[in-house]
Amino acid sequence: MSDVDFTLNGETRSVSVGTTQSLLSLLRDELELPGSKNACEQGECGSCTVLMDGAAVCACLVLAADADGSDITTVEGMASGDVLHAVQDALVAGGGVQCGFCTPGFVVAAAHLFESEPSPDRDQIREALSGNICRCTGYGAILRSLEDLAQR
Amino acid sequence: MTVTGTRTRGGIGESVVRPDGVPKVTGNFAYASDLTAEGMLWGATLRSPFARARLVRLDTSAALAIPGVHAVLTQEDVPGRPTFGQIVADQPVLVDGEARFWGEPAAIVAADDPDTARRAVAAIDIEWEELDPLVDMEEALELGEVFRHAPVRRGDPDSSGPVVVEGFYEIGMQDQAPLGTEAGLAVPDGEGGVDLWVTSQWTHEDHDQIWRSLDVKPGQVRQHPSGIGGAFGAREDMSLHIHVCMLALRTGRPVKMVYNRAESFPGHVHRHPARMWFRHEARADGTLTRVQARILLDGGAYTDTTPAVVANAVYFAVGPYRVDNVHVDGYGLRTNNPPAGAMRGFGVVQACFAHESQMDRLAAELAMDPLELRKRNALATGDPLATTGQIIETPLPTTDVIDRVAAMPLPAPDESEDPRRLPGGTGLTTSRSDVVRGVGYAVSIKNIAFSEAFDDYAEARVVLTAAGAEVHTAAVEVGQGMVTVLAQIARTALGVDRVAIVPADTGAIGSAGSTSASRQTQMTGGAVLEAARAVRELALQRGDGDDLTSEGVWRSGELVMTLDELCESGPLSHHTRFRHPPTEEPDENGQGTLHADFAVAAHRAVVDVDPELGLVRVVQVDTAQDIGLALNPQSVRGQIEGGIMQGVGLAVMEELVLDRGVIRNASFTDYLLPTFLDAPDVEIELIEEPSPWGPFGAKGIGEPPTISSTPAVVAAIRNATGRELNRVPVRPQDITGT
Ligand code: FES
Ligand code: FES
Repeated sequence: MSDVDFTLNGETRSVSVGTTQSLLSLLRDELELPGSKNACEQGECGSCTVLMDGAAVCACLVLAADADGSDITTVEGMASGDVLHAVQDALVAGGGVQCGFCTPGFVVAAAHLFESEPSPDRDQIREALSGNICRCTGYGAILRSLEDLAQR
Repeated sequence: MTVTGTRTRGGIGESVVRPDGVPKVTGNFAYASDLTAEGMLWGATLRSPFARARLVRLDTSAALAIPGVHAVLTQEDVPGRPTFGQIVADQPVLVDGEARFWGEPAAIVAADDPDTARRAVAAIDIEWEELDPLVDMEEALELGEVFRHAPVRRGDPDSSGPVVVEGFYEIGMQDQAPLGTEAGLAVPDGEGGVDLWVTSQWTHEDHDQIWRSLDVKPGQVRQHPSGIGGAFGAREDMSLHIHVCMLALRTGRPVKMVYNRAESFPGHVHRHPARMWFRHEARADGTLTRVQARILLDGGAYTDTTPAVVANAVYFAVGPYRVDNVHVDGYGLRTNNPPAGAMRGFGVVQACFAHESQMDRLAAELAMDPLELRKRNALATGDPLATTGQIIETPLPTTDVIDRVAAMPLPAPDESEDPRRLPGGTGLTTSRSDVVRGVGYAVSIKNIAFSEAFDDYAEARVVLTAAGAEVHTAAVEVGQGMVTVLAQIARTALGVDRVAIVPADTGAIGSAGSTSASRQTQMTGGAVLEAARAVRELALQRGDGDDLTSEGVWRSGELVMTLDELCESGPLSHHTRFRHPPTEEPDENGQGTLHADFAVAAHRAVVDVDPELGLVRVVQVDTAQDIGLALNPQSVRGQIEGGIMQGVGLAVMEELVLDRGVIRNASFTDYLLPTFLDAPDVEIELIEEPSPWGPFGAKGIGEPPTISSTPAVVAAIRNATGRELNRVPVRPQDITGT
């Protein structure tokens, strides 16, 4: 076990974690933040994407111990109170959500994209989100939702 | 009655947003894998490492001795019926002396935390004697390992046509790969019963199997609807349901189980691999005179839904075409390959790849335009279905879907050197000058809802209170958007805007049937329409009015009773059980009125191929689909695009690689799924000719997009390369010929 101090969705947290525990397991199983999803635990699907010091990372590939000193934002930290993040709003309005299991990962990855590039074009959106698998939508509605947002 | 609808917001025809959209984007939507309970234990599973093996020794004592381990159970611990299964209960709850597929559960554990549970699984002392697995379909047929043989004999067996084409076709095993893996939480009720939240497509069917194996009374198991991360057929048959209940009842504590991805691959049924031989005969003008086919489907070790999948493959073997002489034999075979059952398209996917490949082959033989050939033989209302002889009484716009898709503009040739638009993608393997474009078409017909005399029904209850209406149903939302559409139907039928869907457990209402076979919009939608109309009638009677809106009851344009006043003496409620028109059992020749409704679709695929490297990029897939009526245009589009993506996946990349029954690529690293960069552009034409029994004329829409998109993509690759390509998925070496 090791002690980890970090900022999680704007709050400072101190927890002790197992040496082999992933950040995803820490979030889901211990910190009661099940929004980040576990669909592969191999860094292949992006369902577990969180922001770590401003970078989008797969929480399943990050050791919880390595979160020490970092600033983590999960999908639960994207909205401000009842006000959705623009990306969240766009996905709901544009039909970019079906089963929703991929959605938390898309929300975080897309928010990250829009932070660095406020009006991405089609190919930029597709490339930036190519690490996030969606099995339901065929990506069309996700693309349209985010293109709409990019043009706003 | 009159349906006003005009003053109702969020009724049919609008792209109403999902009620679960906001919880899903904020991470607050609870999936089965997110549930917890006070004092909860974690389950884990020990699995067979062989496709076939005799269980020599199984000793749980070392595992039980680990601190924090509360139960280790084997087949001997199953309290009731030792087997389960939807059509035939032939699968042991846990290995019963012989493992019959790779990954078959042999023992289950409950422990304080997931780590301890995993350590306990590793500590179980188990010895296997590996046996020779049966993995070849032809061999299984020779050995008589047949779940079902479905024959069709129609017309003159000796008829023949002057023009003949034959082909042999193969389909690899596709995985549904829903993003949410199998998960469940069982909570004992302290009185010998259990409440279960689990990934399921049909809670009542599961329930009927679970209580039998637990040896409790039916009402003592309550299966609740739960948040589900996709299904596509994978949850039509049970996975960990009985296991997690057994552990909960044995320990007296809530138990949660979640499969990891590696377990999920063998942990659910898959699309049946197929080997098919087809012979088409025609006159010189292209009129089909005879179709003969032999279809083998690999069902794995247990029955699951294989008999119904075989039926679909056989009855839709000809596709949406007229022909008077048909001779088909379909077999579902028992092997030691991974389990096979339902996946989107359910048997028709396999048959359609073969019959559409044949139609192209025949067109080439006749030197005829492939679409012209299809139109010449297009099945229409009033025709008998070529296989079963059932007269099609519902609208069937086969010619229309073909014409509409053919009339859609083709994408401009791509000159771009941007690797994101080239076959092989950002691997920078191909340059534009090496790329050839191809175009291909395919057409399909699919049955809607359950067939062959199955008593297919859906229950719903609509309750009107001063706060609005509630729709109670056990129908499972798996992501497809049923909850949105049911509320829209209720709003339009009632005239009331505020409608909430209340998911009901198996004890609270009767079955809504399975969320499969493209059936829920028509079936539970039909039930909701019936119940909502009845409640509206009750309201008009109670208020002595002629119209109902969100404000209340109206008479001659005047509000005569508010909703509050209307419901003062209690809520208005109606419960209904909706059935589709009855269907028949097939006779010994496969003849009869076997199906309740049909839908047709046509697809056109445009591909860019690097023939030297065997790389494909699917540029665009356009479709015209017969949908009855678009209840929610945005949802319709979402279903069509998602379905096409899965069809494209089967065409060019998705396959479980098997080696003596063992899956060699049971991970997302090795089982390739289409990503954003693989997604084609999709243009859609909707054909709206009302179904006679779908709510407001709507038809099921979920499966057709997956069916003919696969052969359309392959036809396009053939068009680009001149290769025969008789197998999907098409691999690079199939294109390069090396
Ligand atoms: S769960 Fe982390 S990438 Fe799939
Ligand atoms: S919405 Fe289901 S996986 Fe994306």
